[in-house]
Amino acid sequence: MIDRFASGFDPFVIPFLIGMAFVLVYCIIGAIRLILQLDAEDKKRFFISLITPKTIWKNLKDLFLNCLIHVKLWKRNRMLGFMHSSIAFGWFMLILLGHIECFIYMPHRVKLFYYPIFFNYFVAENETTIGGSVIFFLMDFFLLLVLTGIVLAIIKRVRSRIFGMRRTTKPSLLDRVGLYSLWLIFPLRLIAESFTAHISGGSFLTIPMNMMFKAFLGDQMNMLPTWWAYSICLCIFMCVLPFTRYMHIPAEMLLIPFRNAGLTIKHARRGFAKAQVYSCPNCGVCIDACPMSVKKANIKDTTVYLNRNIRRGNEKRIEEISDKCLLCGKCTAVCQVGVDGPQMRIAQRSIRNYGLEQDYSGIDITPFKEAVAAEASPDRVLYFAGCMTALTPAISRAMESVFRKAGVDYAFMDKDGGLCCGRPILMAGRFGQARQIIRKNKEIIKASGASTLVLSCPICYKVFREHYKLEGIRVVHHTEYMLELVKAGRLSPDAGSDVLVYHDPCELGRGSGIYEQPRELLRHTGELVEAEQNRDMSICCGGSLGSLTLGFDKREDLTRNALRNLKAGNPETIVTACPLCKTTFAMYSDIPVEDIAETVNKHLK
Amino acid sequence: MMDFGFSISPSSTMNLDKVDLTLYDRLCSIEPDARKCMACGSCSATCTAGPWTGMSVRKVLLDIQRGKDKEAAAMLKGCMLCGKCTMVCPRGINTRHLILSLCRIYGEDAK
Repeated sequence: MIDRFASGFDPFVIPFLIGMAFVLVYCIIGAIRLILQLDAEDKKRFFISLITPKTIWKNLKDLFLNCLIHVKLWKRNRMLGFMHSSIAFGWFMLILLGHIECFIYMPHRVKLFYYPIFFNYFVAENETTIGGSVIFFLMDFFLLLVLTGIVLAIIKRVRSRIFGMRRTTKPSLLDRVGLYSLWLIFPLRLIAESFTAHISGGSFLTIPMNMMFKAFLGDQMNMLPTWWAYSICLCIFMCVLPFTRYMHIPAEMLLIPFRNAGLTIKHARRGFAKAQVYSCPNCGVCIDACPMSVKKANIKDTTVYLNRNIRRGNEKRIEEISDKCLLCGKCTAVCQVGVDGPQMRIAQRSIRNYGLEQDYSGIDITPFKEAVAAEASPDRVLYFAGCMTALTPAISRAMESVFRKAGVDYAFMDKDGGLCCGRPILMAGRFGQARQIIRKNKEIIKASGASTLVLSCPICYKVFREHYKLEGIRVVHHTEYMLELVKAGRLSPDAGSDVLVYHDPCELGRGSGIYEQPRELLRHTGELVEAEQNRDMSICCGGSLGSLTLGFDKREDLTRNALRNLKAGNPETIVTACPLCKTTFAMYSDIPVEDIAETVNKHLK
Repeated sequence: MMDFGFSISPSSTMNLDKVDLTLYDRLCSIEPDARKCMACGSCSATCTAGPWTGMSVRKVLLDIQRGKDKEAAAMLKGCMLCGKCTMVCPRGINTRHLILSLCRIYGEDAK
């Protein structure tokens, strides 16, 4: 290969250089700002994670699998996965191979930033280059891969249903500019490289194109304008990138190391939260997933719109969106970049000013402590039913009966009423108040001398597990606990012939990752069928305490939709493991709804 | 005067034409459902916090309708936001949002 121009420069590279310089400066400043916004503890964690071999490996793996291959998208829809990975991986390979090419043939030009990008314009083939060598083939192959991705992207704009998406967001004006320039980059690259293919060499795509052009566009003058157009398109895309949804490309590269460092959202609008907002690709997958979107009026209250409004600084909408959400977490389960919708919303709620702050210092917990007080024993179990179970006493009765039948030494912590677990007030973003409740409950639990705390409510379970830090006391949900009893032979439920469907409560499934135990337990008592969407895709019953503004009169459609989903396998009974789901379903269901404790208790002698 | 160890308690008469209803009106503009309340007391009966802190949604609303903001504030401070009152309300009032809204607008006078 030889240089076509002694200077190795042509003015058409200027637009590309401007665009590249702009986007690099913008992203580097942005990344530094986000890192500086982290608090001292998070900063330390982040920097340590950057030098720990384990997290370095995880970062690299996640960056490759998520940013380039888009594994999560493949799992969701093959067409969607292929479209994204062909564009992202194809483009990455074009850049990489461009640099390799430059290293092999023009090592003295590598220092020129633009040279590998416009390699084919600046070089001419000579006898030392093997015509149609492997690298040329690969360049054409990856260009073709990107082009197929672009064709699919255009089809997706017209018919998103083929890609498994029913509803999607409407792009803004700048999004459209970014989108169209992205679509144009690769066809222009193909045309530009084809025009120079007889000089620089090419492969199966560019050489035939070159011959075709020669047949009816003999004029060599077309060469330069197409390279200019290619460079200008790159410039436009990179200049609008920070202000469009395509910001998710660089932002995700920061979000992945942040997440792997184990950071949590500490501030509603800064640091980790901001990285999540910018990482949102506005794809709208969360719209179809959101249980609220069965009603058209709620579509604009999904996570994608929260991120969009945070970027635009629309405070009124941010408040509406963050207060309405049920915090079921399904948007996070389907999200390709892992934006934590519920945590983001709780963070928005937490920065609100209240004129009246709750204060529980006046509550005397001595009677509670006395009621459960006992000598510490490894066999002693403390059962906390929680507020919601107080509305469904059948569950606590069933639990007590199970305890008795298994011969467990147990104490019922809130038999005559108790304090709330703190999760509802935590979900309202009032962290200080939640801490007060947590401290009080913790004292009562410590006084009980129990070594195991059993919860029949997933809402309580989540907060006890994550926020109580009960050293030496095991926190278990009653589904886990009853399964343990069955496995230890202390309970032997007789197998029935009922056809059951299990509903995964949000806080137990997506919230705490418990999917298998309840199913295993139910297989002991009857025949288990699955709902259409189950496990981490389960649909919220609509009763969630997460929402602050959605009244119960507006939740009927949500519950009916969740019931429709559960009845896909024609079950005789719906079994759930959450008192709130039970209450909500029971309102509209035409088949019986039971808690898992009741089901198990029924099958015990 | 001779001290008999008791006195006449101060009058608890309330002139409903004269009480300051700013807070109630403000609440109704945010959460219009507040007007739906029929003071049945289901909310207070199920209240988790009630027995320990004196919280009662029914009383809070009644107090605010009578301009007794201070008494209402004292009760609101004990709410644990568990949401049981919302679930049992026969009138479908989102009491949890009502309480949060009240907590917010208490600060507005100070501004």
